[in-house]
Amino acid sequence: MKEEFTLSVFTENSIGMLTRITNVFTRRHINLDSLTVSESEVKQVFKYTVVFKSTQEQIDKLIGQLERLVEVFKVFAHKNTEIIYQELALYKVKTDLLSNGAVEQIIRESQARILTVDREFIAIEKTGYIEEIESLFAKLSSFGILEFTRSGRVAINKAMIE
Amino acid sequence: MQQEKITGAQAVISALLCESVQTVFGYPGGAIMPIYDALYDKMDELNHILVRHEQGAIHAAQGFARVSGEVGVVFATSGPGATNLITGLADAYIDSTPVVCIIGQVTSKLLGTDAFQETDVIGISMPITKWNYQVTKASEIAPTIAKAFYLAKSGRPGPVVIDITKDAQFDQTTFDYKSCLNVRSYAPSPQPDLAGFIKAAELINKAKKPYLLIGQGIVLSKAEEELRQFVEKTGLPTASTLLGLGALPNNHANFCGMLGMHGDYAANVKTNECDVLIAIGMRFDDRVTGDVSRYAKQAKVIHIDIDAAELNKIIKAEVAIHADAKYALQTLMGLVEPKQHTHWLEEFRLGKDYEQTQLAKNKQLHDSTKIMMEDALKVLTELTGGEIVVVSDVGQHQMITARNYAYNKNNTNITSGGLGTMGFALPAAIGAKLGSPDQTVVAIAGDAGFQMNIQELGTIMQSDIGVKMIILNNSFLGMVRQWQQLFFEKRYSFTEMTNPNFVGIAQSYNIPGKKISEQTELREAIVELLEAPGAYLLEIIVEKEENVYPMIPTGASVSEVLLN
Ligand SMILES: Cc1ncc(C[n+]2csc(CCOP(=O)(O)OP(=O)(O)O)c2C)c(N)n1
Repeated sequence: MKEEFTLSVFTENSIGMLTRITNVFTRRHINLDSLTVSESEVKQVFKYTVVFKSTQEQIDKLIGQLERLVEVFKVFAHKNTEIIYQELALYKVKTDLLSNGAVEQIIRESQARILTVDREFIAIEKTGYIEEIESLFAKLSSFGILEFTRSGRVAINKAMIE
Repeated sequence: MQQEKITGAQAVISALLCESVQTVFGYPGGAIMPIYDALYDKMDELNHILVRHEQGAIHAAQGFARVSGEVGVVFATSGPGATNLITGLADAYIDSTPVVCIIGQVTSKLLGTDAFQETDVIGISMPITKWNYQVTKASEIAPTIAKAFYLAKSGRPGPVVIDITKDAQFDQTTFDYKSCLNVRSYAPSPQPDLAGFIKAAELINKAKKPYLLIGQGIVLSKAEEELRQFVEKTGLPTASTLLGLGALPNNHANFCGMLGMHGDYAANVKTNECDVLIAIGMRFDDRVTGDVSRYAKQAKVIHIDIDAAELNKIIKAEVAIHADAKYALQTLMGLVEPKQHTHWLEEFRLGKDYEQTQLAKNKQLHDSTKIMMEDALKVLTELTGGEIVVVSDVGQHQMITARNYAYNKNNTNITSGGLGTMGFALPAAIGAKLGSPDQTVVAIAGDAGFQMNIQELGTIMQSDIGVKMIILNNSFLGMVRQWQQLFFEKRYSFTEMTNPNFVGIAQSYNIPGKKISEQTELREAIVELLEAPGAYLLEIIVEKEENVYPMIPTGASVSEVLLN
C-alpha cells in the first residue's frame, strides 16, 4: 500500500545536485509532491526534503540508489507520524476586503496573519498543514484571490538525533 | 620563491602521469586542442592511440581496464566528440568498468549560450556516470583528476567524466599533485560486522544443497584465489554470470556453468532446487533470474555485494552483507566447515550430460560439412587451452562464445553484459591488447556487430596492434532472427544482411585475412590466425539459421529451460 513519505537527503553543495537527486526518482517513474532545499544545521551540508507517495519496499531501494550518489552523505525516510512538518502559503487579496469583517474573521480563525497591507492589496501568510492551507484557500476564494503560492514541506525528525 | 606555473593543459598531462597512466585512447578537436598540444611534448611517456571514432576510444578504454584491472583513459572534444562517448559510458556504468573520460568544453564565458560545439555534457552524462564534473579553472584540474581516478576505481567501479573548458586548459596554474584518498560524502569500503558472516556460515554449514553464484564482483575485487580456496573447502557447486566467467576456471571440478537466458541447463534449474543460495558480486540481472516471482523461492538467500543498493533490490536476502568480495571470502573462509557435497555435485553433472545429449541432437540436424559457430569456439579452446583473452560482441555468437569457449584464466573474458552493445568487441579488443600486450587477444563478432565499429581497423593499422579477429558470418542479425523465428512466426523483418567482402576490407587496412566455409578448413585457419605475427582477420561462414540453446524465454522461470 502506498503512503506518504518524507525523505531527508543530506548532500554536498555542488552544482547539479538537484538533477542528480531528481534523476533517481525520474528513473523509477515517481512523481514528487514537494521538494524543498536549504542548508542544514551543518554548514555546507545541504538538506533536500522530498515528499511523495510510495511503499516501504520501494523506499528502501530508493535510499540505496540515492546513497550511492557520490555526493550524498545520508538519506532518512520518515512517515508523517515520525516528523514535525509544516508548509507555508501566501495569499494576495484586495485591500478593500479588510472593510469586510468576515475576511478578518477568517484570517483570525485560520491562525493566519497579515504580512503586508498595500494600497491595493494585502498579503496573508499561513503556516501549517496542507489541509489547513487549502481550507483557508477555499474560504478566501469566494472573495477573490489575486495570487497564491505554497512552499514545499519542511520537516524535522521527532527523534532526538537522526 | 615563486612556484613555477604551467598551463591547465599541461596539468592534465602531468596529472595523468602522476596516476601512472601509460595509455590514452582519444580523438582531438577544437575544444581539447590545448591538451593535445601539451601531449605533443610528452609523447614518449604517454602512449596516445588515435582511434577512428570516439565510441571506439571508450570501448578500447573499457577493454584496457577489464584486462588490466586499471583505469582506462579517454580524450575527446566537446559537442559531437562528447556525445559519441555516450554509449560507452552507459556500457561502462552498467558493467562497473573504471574509465576516466577527459572532454574539452567551450570556453567558460560561452557556457549555456549554444556556442559552436557546445553540448551539456554534464547533464547528458549524469545518469550514466559514477561521477562527473565540469572544470572551469586551471587550478581545479589536478584535484579533479585525482578525485576522478579515486572514484572510478574504488568501491563499485564506474566511469567518470571530466569536462574541461578551453580557458581552463589555457590558463596558468601551479601544479602540486596529491592523490585522492578520501571523499567525505563517499564510503567505498564497507565495514561489515561479523554477525552477518556468522549467520551466513551457519546456513552454509547446515545446508544439504548449497549453491554458489558468482559475478564480476569477484574479478573486480581480484578475489579469484580466495574464491578457489573457498569453493574447495566448502565443496560448493559454483555457477557464474556472463561477466563472472573466468573467475573460477571453467575446468575446475566445482564449476557448473553459466547462469541465465542462454546459460546451462543444470546451472539454471538447480537454482530452484538448492536450499541455500549464496550470491557473491552479482546483481540478479533479469537475464539471470527470469521470472523473479518463481526464482529460488525455496532457498535461503545469502547476498554479498559491495554496492548496498544491490542488496534486496531484486531478490530478498535472508542474509544481506554489504562487503567487498575478497574481504567476504576471506572472512567466511575462517567460519565454514570443510565439506564435499559429492552427491549434489553429481546432480549437476547429470544435468550437464542430459543437456549435452539434447544439444547433440540439435546438431545432427545440421549439415556436418558446414561450420556451426560452436565448432569454431571449441577449436579455439582446444588450441589455446582457454587461456587467451577472448572479447566477444553481442548476439548469438556472444552466447555461443560464453558457452563453448572455456575461460580458464581470470581477466580474459571481455564482453558487453549489461548494455549488450553491438560494436563493442573490435575496439574493446584493441584496448585489451594494449592493456596486456603479452597475451593473445581474439575478438569474436557477428557480421553485423563487426560493422558497427569496423572503422577501428584503421586504428589497428596505424598503431600496429596485434588483435586477432574472427567474424562468425551468418548473414543475419542472428539473435534477432532467432527471436523472430521463435516468437514472431518466422517473420524475418529486416534481419537479413548483405555483407561486404570483409577480407578485402581488412586488406585495404594492410591486415591479412582469410575466409573459410568448410568444416575441413576450420582448424588450420584458426592455427593460422593464432600464429600470425600481428593482426589477422578470419571470416568464417557459418550456418545461417542456427539457434542458441538452451534458452529461457523472457518471462519464464529458470526451471523452464528449452533445449530445442
Ligand atoms: C547497438 C545495438 N543495436 C541493436 C542491438 C540489438 N541486437 C542484439 S543482437 C543483434 C544481432 C547481432 O547480429 P550479429 O552481429 O550478426 O551477431 P549474431 O547474432 O548473428 O551472432 C541485434 C541487432 C544491440 N544489441 N546493440
